[in-house]
Amino acid sequence: MSFPWAKHYEPVNPLMRYLDEKLPLPRLVYNAIGGGYPVPRNLNYMWNFGVLAGFCLVLQIVTGVVLAMHYAANAGVAFSSVEHIMRDVNWGWALRYAHANGASAFFAVIYLHIFRGFFYSSYKAPREMVWLIGVTIFLLMMATGFMGYVLPWGQMSFWGAKVITGLFGAIPVVGEPIQIWLLGGYAPDNAALNRFFSLHFLLPFVIAGAVILHIWALHIPGSSNPTGIEVKKESDTIPFHPYYTAKDGFGLGVFLILYCVMLFLLPNYLGHPDNYIEANPLSTPAHIVPEWYFWPFYAILRAFTSDFFFIPAKLMGVLAMFSAILLWFFLPWLDKGPVRSGHYRPLFRKFFWFGLIPAMAVLFYCGGAPAEEPFVMLSQLATAYYFLHFLVILPIVSMIERPDPLPYSITEAVLGEDKAAVLGENATPGV
Amino acid sequence: MIRLIGILAGLFFSVAVLWSLGNGVVAVAGQGYLKEATAESEFHLHPRELDLQSNGPFGTWDLAQLQRGFQVYKEVCAACHGLKFVAFRDLSALGYSDAEVKAIAAGFQVPGIDPNTGEATTRPGLATDYFPDPYPNAVAARAANNNAVPPDLSLMTKARHDGSAYVHSLLTGYRNLDTFSIDGKHVKDEFPDFSTPEGGHFNPYFANLNIAMPPPLTTAGQVTYAEGQPKPTVDQMAKDVSAFLTWTAEPKKVKRTQVGWPVLGFLLFATILAWFAKNQVWAAIKPKKPRVV
Repeated sequence: MSFPWAKHYEPVNPLMRYLDEKLPLPRLVYNAIGGGYPVPRNLNYMWNFGVLAGFCLVLQIVTGVVLAMHYAANAGVAFSSVEHIMRDVNWGWALRYAHANGASAFFAVIYLHIFRGFFYSSYKAPREMVWLIGVTIFLLMMATGFMGYVLPWGQMSFWGAKVITGLFGAIPVVGEPIQIWLLGGYAPDNAALNRFFSLHFLLPFVIAGAVILHIWALHIPGSSNPTGIEVKKESDTIPFHPYYTAKDGFGLGVFLILYCVMLFLLPNYLGHPDNYIEANPLSTPAHIVPEWYFWPFYAILRAFTSDFFFIPAKLMGVLAMFSAILLWFFLPWLDKGPVRSGHYRPLFRKFFWFGLIPAMAVLFYCGGAPAEEPFVMLSQLATAYYFLHFLVILPIVSMIERPDPLPYSITEAVLGEDKAAVLGENATPGV
Repeated sequence: MIRLIGILAGLFFSVAVLWSLGNGVVAVAGQGYLKEATAESEFHLHPRELDLQSNGPFGTWDLAQLQRGFQVYKEVCAACHGLKFVAFRDLSALGYSDAEVKAIAAGFQVPGIDPNTGEATTRPGLATDYFPDPYPNAVAARAANNNAVPPDLSLMTKARHDGSAYVHSLLTGYRNLDTFSIDGKHVKDEFPDFSTPEGGHFNPYFANLNIAMPPPLTTAGQVTYAEGQPKPTVDQMAKDVSAFLTWTAEPKKVKRTQVGWPVLGFLLFATILAWFAKNQVWAAIKPKKPRVV
């Protein structure tokens, strides 16, 4: 986005001038993340997670490509090849743990990034496209993570694949043929493992392309900010470099410390011991659970235990699990009010902190628990609230709420006063 | 329009899940209990804490203990359990010299081919070989072990919760079903139908309470330790083999934590610098008054 006051790229160094003339990549970088991109001056640390997510993507691609040099995607040797990486490949243990914990880090960062989007209504106009691409990235991440977990071919890899690919069988009429076509067989076996490896290698690059579109779409209107008020003038913004490069650098340091604590000291804490047992189609684990980042959706899937009219329970669970994410696509049109930031929406905040967050916490916990009481009943209550929150409560709240008065501008919010503040018909808060 | 469809969809899913909830509540009310208690859920014991030198973020290998543990594996466990991800050459990490490793390898028979006739046979191991499986295939393993396959032990301490402690507790945890009790409650009183099948052994540390493996460590001195080593009591042998299996599961464990601390130290230093750098960059424009949002 070029606000009229954005700085222009003026290379002094003759080499940079030459490069910029032949291929304006230096100019592109300057305008995207350098001094040429004006950003609201009041961004808080919840705005760090986008950059951290990009870092995680690069980390996963680098560690993944090197792991792929040593991994063998054949059902007979996959598990052994991972142990070969852990024991014989130089620093193989570090690569493997970096990649496995990197996936957890990536999802943790993304959930916080999405959580920011929910609270500050980042999805509202004019940033709907940023949001739509973002939800697409999340779906691609889930597919990538699911297929990646199958690759070590441990017990959880195999049985998790069996459960999730089995869901396709729930689709009426065409479900089973589709399932067999996707798997390349009647159950996860060598055919499924090979194609999962191929797609797991491909999708991160699709994600990278989507991330470029995501950032491009954001840079058209420019970043939002904690007040939810759009940028009006130069004093509302500061150049991305050096202010946010410095702030993101610090945030990256904190993230790397937490990530390295997991990698070096607690590398198997988030994993399941059963995945250190080789896949055995004849031996079902006591409890089949996916990795922690899928738990809320797994809880929703397992919450539907009774048939509903003519719809079997299994199909209800599948529809609900996918709808739980697909409904995010519609948020810009479900929650349409003019006020963005949760800071100025007291009724929205109550439902957010006392409704959505506890419901998600319950769904997270129950997703990792056995499919027994009381976890099933808790999941059912939390699932009911989840769907009511996004599809019923938010539209109604956005129609009836009375927001708190907004500051005139970002400048007023940050500095306490804005000498250019204007009253009357010229004032347009929240736009 | 979207909001209308959204509200209908929201009500559809909520009502459907609350219908499931209602059915569940009715079922639980009819049963009278939330979750059925079984012998396995009531009498399964979690592993007792095991203090190994390799435990924790500052652990190191106790090479003498690992060597004793290897001795226990070789003389007791190797008869039935494989160690297929460990190569003989890996044992040099336990402090054995090259000559000792060669001798250990040569003491095992590994699958080979007769150089004259080409038929399958066995030959003495080399350092590059992996520990051989005691049975040629799963069918032979089951036939010799009451229809149960003795699992490979390479990753056992990572394949179970609290794996190191689990192995020690399991090996020392065999009990008499008739006399075993927790808080004064006997298994036979609470669950009269529970029994140990023919060929099984009662061990409350095992998830199913009945394990096919007979107690492998029964008498002190079953394995003779070298001069200067602790006495080979059942508990000591169990501890030593747990330590050895902790090593086999992750030979790089100690190196991992030892590399981790300097990395974390550097990151802490760099992050503190980054904090001060960030504040210095922002000092020019940070407002002195507290801001609204």
